This record gives sequence, C-alpha cells and structure tokens, in this order.
Amino acid sequence: MKKIYKIEVDCANCANLMEDAAKRTDGVKDAVVNFMTQKMTVEFDDNSNTSAVMQEVYKNCKKVEDDCVIYM
Amino acid sequence: MNKKQQKMLIRILISAAMMIGFRYIHVSGLLRFFLYLIPYFIIGYDILRKAGKGILNKRVFDENFLMSVATVGAMILGLVQGGDYVEAIAVMLFYQIGELFQSYAVGKSRKNISELMDIRPDYANIEQDGKLVRVDPDEVEVGKIIVVSPGEKVPIDGIVESGISSLNTSALTGESLPRDVKTGDEIISGCINMTGVLKIRTTKEFGDSTVSKILDLVENASSRKSKSEDFISKFAKIYTPVVCYSALAVAVIPPIVSALFLNLSADWGTWVYRALSFLVASCPCALVVSIPLSFFAGIGGASKCGILIKGSNYLEALSKTGYIVFDKTGTLTQGVFEVNAIHHNTMPESRLIEYAALAESASSHPIAQSLQRAYGPELDRSRVQDIKEISGNGVVAKVDGMTVAAGNDKLMRRLGIEYKDCHKVGTIIHLAINGEYQGHIVISDVVKPTASEAISLLKKSGVRKTAMLTGDSKAVADQVASDLGIDIVYSELLPGDKVEKVEDLMKEKGEKIKLAFVGDGINDAPVLSRADIGIAMGAMGSDAAIEAADIVLMDDNPVKISKAIKISKKCLGIVYQNIIFAIGIKVLALILVALGLANMWLAVFADVGVTVLAVLNAARALFVKKL
Repeated sequence: MKKIYKIEVDCANCANLMEDAAKRTDGVKDAVVNFMTQKMTVEFDDNSNTSAVMQEVYKNCKKVEDDCVIYM
Repeated sequence: MNKKQQKMLIRILISAAMMIGFRYIHVSGLLRFFLYLIPYFIIGYDILRKAGKGILNKRVFDENFLMSVATVGAMILGLVQGGDYVEAIAVMLFYQIGELFQSYAVGKSRKNISELMDIRPDYANIEQDGKLVRVDPDEVEVGKIIVVSPGEKVPIDGIVESGISSLNTSALTGESLPRDVKTGDEIISGCINMTGVLKIRTTKEFGDSTVSKILDLVENASSRKSKSEDFISKFAKIYTPVVCYSALAVAVIPPIVSALFLNLSADWGTWVYRALSFLVASCPCALVVSIPLSFFAGIGGASKCGILIKGSNYLEALSKTGYIVFDKTGTLTQGVFEVNAIHHNTMPESRLIEYAALAESASSHPIAQSLQRAYGPELDRSRVQDIKEISGNGVVAKVDGMTVAAGNDKLMRRLGIEYKDCHKVGTIIHLAINGEYQGHIVISDVVKPTASEAISLLKKSGVRKTAMLTGDSKAVADQVASDLGIDIVYSELLPGDKVEKVEDLMKEKGEKIKLAFVGDGINDAPVLSRADIGIAMGAMGSDAAIEAADIVLMDDNPVKISKAIKISKKCLGIVYQNIIFAIGIKVLALILVALGLANMWLAVFADVGVTVLAVLNAARALFVKKL
C-alpha cells in the first residue's frame, strides 16, 4: 500500500537523509521524498499498521533532521 | 517570507547590531568573552543544538556539526589568542544570511514553478433550485450538469450539453489558438472558457479527469530520479566524511611535520584555523539542492508547452536521443483518410464525388466516410436505390435512375469495364456510370502539415537516425518516408513485429545513445514501454496514452518532439554547469583555504554563495518558451 504525506523540510540534503531514514524503518518497503513538492511517498509492507509505522518513520526522520515536519 | 524566515531575519539583525555595537565597549579578558557570547548564541543557538543532537544520534559530519566545530573553535582561539571573537560571530552570521537567502530562493522558485503548473480548478458550478452553487469538484458525480462561465476553468471532463464558446487550451497544450466548441462536443478539464456560458454533462469524476491526471503526473515527475541526481546523492554521502578527515589532516599533519622534522614552531593556531575554514567551505548543499531544482524547473517549463515528462530520468535520457522511431498512422499522418486526388474524369470532380458518395452511402467503412466528408452536404438517400455491396470489390447502386459502380480494380474487371491504373499510392476507387468509365478517386492518409518540418528539426538537433514503422503497404510507407526524409522504413508489420524492430534498433545503437519511440498511444503500448523513451502524442483525453508513455505530448504536433529535446538539452546543460561550477569553486576554495590564501569569509561564500548562485542558475531551466 502506498500513501503520500505532506512534509516540511528546508534543505535538499536533509530531504535525502529523511528518505534514507524512512527506508530503513521496519514496515516500510520503499520511500521517496520529493523535496520540490514537499511530499513523502511511503510504500508499506503488506498487513503493517500504517499509523504505527509512520510514527517510527517520523522518529527516525527527526533523528536525521530535527526541523522536519510530517503531516499525518 | 514565512514565519521561520522572518524570525531568522530578526535574529540576524539583532546579532549584527550587537556585534557592531560591542566594538565601542572596551572590556577585556573573560568579561569580553561572555559579552560576545550573547550575539554568538543569538545567531547560532539552533545550529549548536542541532549539532549536539546530531552527535547524540550518532550523526556527525553534517553541516551543523561543521559550522559548530568551526565557530566554537574560532571562539576558543579568540579566548586563547587575545580577544578577537568577531570572526566566529561573523562567520555564523554570514552562514545564516546565506541559509536564509537560500531557503528564500529555493522556496520562491518552487512556488513559481508550482504556480506555473497550476491548472487545478478550485470549484465547479452546479445548478440547484435555479441558482448556481459553487461546490468542490471532487463532489460532482458523473452525469451531473455543471455550468462554466466565461473566464472560468473547466473543472471536469464532459460533453457540452448546451452553449457555444471558444476554449483556451494553452495551459494544457501550450497552443495559443483557441478551440471552438458547440453542443455535443467533448470537452476536457483544464481548458479555460473564453466567450460563452457552457453547460456540461460530466463523463468522469474529478479524480479521473484530464486535469487531475496531468497534475498528478507532473507533481510526481521529480520523484523518479535521474542519474545525475543519484550521482550527487552518492557523492554527498562519500564527500562529507572525506572532507572531515582532510580537515583533520590539515589541522594535525603540518604542525607535527614542521615541529618534528623541520625544527620550526608548530604554529597550531594557524593550522587549526585553516582546518576550520576548510570545514566551512566544504558543505555539499549547493549541489544537492540545485540539481533536482533544475530538473523540476525543466519539467515545469516543458509542461507549460504541452509536453508532460514523467520523470527527471526521462528528461535526462531525452537529451541523449540519437534514434527516433515513429509509428506512421496518427503520428506523422493524420490517421484519417481523405480524398487526395481525382484522375481521368470527364465530368466535374464534385459530381464524381457526389455519385461515389451516394453509391457508398449505406456503408460505414472509413473509405465511405471520407467520400461523404469530401462531398460535404448531407446525402439525400432517397436518390439511391438497389444498393448491392460486393464484398472485397465495391458497390453497385442505382443513383438518380443510373447504374453507378464504385469500387476497386476487381469490381471493374468483374463488370467488364476498362479502367485506368493509378500511379499514386493509396486506395483507388474507380467509378463507372451505366457501364462507362468515369475516372478514379485516390483516397489516402494525409501527412501532417508539420511532419516534414519536425523531421528536419530533429536532424538539426542531433538525432542521427529516424525510422518509421507501419502496418501499411510498402508503396504507401516508402512514399511517406521519402516525402518526409526518413532514413529507414519498415512496412507491412504486424503489431508484434514493431516490438521486434525496435529491439533490433536498440541493439544496433549501443548503450550511450537513447532510442525514442513516438506513437499515438492507442495500440502501441508494448513498443512505448520497450523503447528507452516512449513518447505518446495527441494525448488530450486519451488515458491509455498517458498511462503507457514516458513523455506525453498533449497535442498531436510532431514539432513538439524536437522542442522537448531542446528543453532537455538546456536543462541538462544547466545541471552540468551547476555540478562543475559548484564542485570547481569548492575544490578551489578548499585548496586556497588549506594553503592559507583565503580566510573563513571566503569559506562561507564557497558554501552559501555558491548555493545561491546555483539555485538562481537552476531557475533558468524554467524559461523554455523561446527554444
């Protein structure tokens, strides 16, 4: 399942780091962060709890870029 | 400016004012240190905090860390060497100004591009109890009537129920010529209604309408990353640690070498300062931000011209196009059959067409339809009787009491009528009235008026080989190809053969050169997806084409292909400029700093100044109208 989230991130390198962080999260099959449109597309593993996974994604992103916001 | 940026501006102003003010306060020692600590924290607290968090999260080596190490180091040097704290604060200040300007410039160009692509309709008007009500287009069901007044965007695809108007389709096609619509015409969302009020019966939901599809496609385009973007991401990942270790080397090796082997003083202060400046200069942000921004701008500019590109990777591939393969029908030709010539006639041409059209009036075959179109007015069917269709041959019918035979060579032979062969290629309809030969009509697919210009423009823009694939007969295909100047022709192909031919060409061309296939997207989806770049044209309203292709031309003008190539070349040019410019200045600044020929100020310029210049350069990719 794929979901698109609106995000806020200031620098392009940070967006790349967020993408890596999201990809590393358990329950995430693939993630793409689009800095230009300020959107994060997350593809979840089958039968995973998306909101719980997104909490983890958010935590991991916070670690690499403290300023980032993900609207869930 | 947004809230964050305003706050930053205030911080910059306050700390700058303090820094200047403190020059007139004469204190020394620790007191001086604490005094200067105030503006330092005002301008740099967030950087320091982020650097601290980064270390806690085992993420050292980001730019916050670099800036913190550099400025904290400079503060300590100031404390040790006699009270110059201005440099640390100034560097932080300069860095923040640069960051602010950069975030403003990036935000601004992002907004410009998004606005450019803004074809999203905000509302739809529906009639309720005799009054017009504005509703969210998402809420309109299929089959509802919506009302579009002049000046408004058509929000949902549909069919005109009543009204006459002209539509401005330039947001979709880049074509400025208005399109006229009347009752019964199909209408596509995203057009702007110009003259009359239109009532439209919707045929799709908003989410399936053309405008939503296009928006979706363009917005997600920059998610498919190009090779240059991948290169930069990877580069940034290796680059930062390498620079950090180099800085460490600059700080440690020269003092040790000079102290131990050259019997000179170690001069730690100088070398640590140089190492810190080195760190500041090294931030990879210019590269990391400007490359995707260039692609985003290029894709945005192209979509303004009616060229939709599904990803940065395709834009990049397009600039390396060396082979272009066309499907003939619907791409280079109109895909509609038209009466092209009339030969050997004794009666006026219009009479000949009239008889042929009447004889064929019962048929729904494309040939019959093109005869009717050529004739013009509505056919008076009461003039026709006793229509006999002879399958594979033609028609014999009584028109105005005369026996009219219209058909191919076989029909003429069958009826024993002497006919004249035609030297033109196409479908030939011979006509005989009361057993007497009256001449023949040539019906063929018409080459698009812009097709030959398109081929010559492509050749000028560096395409090495053009090829054409068609299921048509060899004679027809060869003539079209030689008229247009196409290099290779493959004719009489079955749909499956087309994939094979494209694969052969892909083997022949080699890895570096890209092959683009241009089709109308209707029945060539397998070929579109097999080619390096699949280009579908005339996609207004055709969902299949938008799905299958990598690049979609909204109108069916083949000249747009060379335009797309030009846009891609310009965009890639800017990308390479930025890569070379940014890496070049960085390396130069790093060398100068390491040799002590440049101070921290230049180092900060090498960081933020270069970023801002690269961002401004990237925004140029947006301007593609005149290409």
